[in-house]
Amino acid sequence: MNCILIVAEHAGGKLNAAVANCVSCAASVPDAEITIAVFAADGAAVAQAAASIMGVARVLLVDHPANEPALAAVLAPQVARLAEGHSHVFGPSTTFGKDLMPRVAALLDAAQVSDVMCVESAQRFRRPVYAGNAIVTVEAAAGEQVVATVRVASYQPAAQGGSAKIESVKLELAPPTHTRFVSVSAARSDRPDLQTASRVVSGGRALGSAENFALIQGLADRIGAAIGASRAAVDAGYAPNELQVGQTGKIIAPELYIAIGISGAIQHLTGIKDARTIVAINKDAEAPIFEVADYGLVGDLFALIPEIEKNL
Amino acid sequence: MRRILVGIKRVIDYNVRVRVRPDGSGVVTDGVKMSINPFDEIALEEALRIKERGDADEVVAIGLGPDDTQQQLRTALAMGADRAILVRTDLAVEPPVVARVMLKLVQTESPVMVILGKQAIDDDCNQVGQMLAAIWNRPQATCASKIVIEGGKARVTREVDAGLETIEVDLPAVLTADLRLNEPRYVKLPDIMKAKKKPLDITDLATIGVEATQRLKILKYEPPQQRQKGIIVKDAAELVAALRQKGLV
Repeated sequence: MNCILIVAEHAGGKLNAAVANCVSCAASVPDAEITIAVFAADGAAVAQAAASIMGVARVLLVDHPANEPALAAVLAPQVARLAEGHSHVFGPSTTFGKDLMPRVAALLDAAQVSDVMCVESAQRFRRPVYAGNAIVTVEAAAGEQVVATVRVASYQPAAQGGSAKIESVKLELAPPTHTRFVSVSAARSDRPDLQTASRVVSGGRALGSAENFALIQGLADRIGAAIGASRAAVDAGYAPNELQVGQTGKIIAPELYIAIGISGAIQHLTGIKDARTIVAINKDAEAPIFEVADYGLVGDLFALIPEIEKNL
Repeated sequence: MRRILVGIKRVIDYNVRVRVRPDGSGVVTDGVKMSINPFDEIALEEALRIKERGDADEVVAIGLGPDDTQQQLRTALAMGADRAILVRTDLAVEPPVVARVMLKLVQTESPVMVILGKQAIDDDCNQVGQMLAAIWNRPQATCASKIVIEGGKARVTREVDAGLETIEVDLPAVLTADLRLNEPRYVKLPDIMKAKKKPLDITDLATIGVEATQRLKILKYEPPQQRQKGIIVKDAAELVAALRQKGLV
């Protein structure tokens, strides 16, 4: 039996969709028994959502006022405590999981496998390195506890309809006070979430300004897409950082990805190569983005965007 | 002495198109340009700016790797680091080992801050900063895009999935640099000359007392699956028709 503990990411009383992808990953470990740990201030609703994911055996709910908003230094000792008796500890490879899981691994004196994209056995995993230019297969020694972050885009979310039992757990741990949450400035949007959207329209440097970047919003709204951006567009201030797609931004796997005015640096391509269909619109016919695009359209994006909208 | 330690990793240059060796034993490194990990360069730049603002007195660049890592440490000295330490090893060390090496140096150097790149662009692990913070039992602020030092605390803006998060950490702490923290300075020729005279101490893993434990055996490297190159459509109408046929719009 491989006992897998998954750390739930959540905010505003909602379970992050990536957790269901982590469950799929965990379920691909042979002979897995899956537990989700929810650390929250008042996490009943989140625990309920976690319990309804198919394949989850139980949910551990650790309520403590210090647990929200989540801080790695506060959560890591609690995760490490709950990890006792588990062969694997998984978290999503989101900014939450990337921040937290190595701290957990260090407390457990375990190795971490970052960005698991394939489970080959209980101890053997595949993960991307060199911005996705190479894939390595790594193996932990038999019996060693494995901490891992799950590359969310490599897995489909596990189905709903489960009914795991929820247990409340009290951990007698004094949370550290050396780290304090101050604020989070997140743009609220009615659009689909970039990480989980089935359609994404992304803009690059060629849009030329923040005003022009708004052009792609019209197209995105027409097809119900989330909006993304290349690093160049974010660096230039056309779009906020949370829209960045690529190696250091979000790694996504939508059904449809439309790259507008994005040349296709390798770091960007890493973030989209699991997209089902890629469309590239660029005036440079030699742009690397066309090497990975299923459909390429060469031309002036300012003329082409309205034309596409007209044809929709 | 308010000291900042900065980690400097020698990696294949950002602009090199990395290729997997045909036998799967690694990636091609022969004749390939090596550089400072870009995130480490940003970390160093930030440490230098903190010092220039008067919030620190000394910046020490730490390298862990083969003898040739001296080249990257010399570049770090040319950028403005006051001195450098190379912990020499020819082994491919895993993040927990790097964290233990950094902890040893933290114990001898007593820094107010350790600033590292958020990840290295070779193994893409994104682990060392967090692991060091854990075993040092100190705060961490990863993926920093803004750092303000004030009264023994650092106020750090972090790039997170939701947007920008600000946290406050007591010093000493471990900070890791994200892309937009700053734009590293260019090294000028006179600085390269000056850097040759700056101290670069060389030690090794055994001397500082850290064992290069290998927890994850690398079985093989493979090239990624390539996407099939698609077709070029002639106009917007053809594109929309193709997407409609696949049920995508």
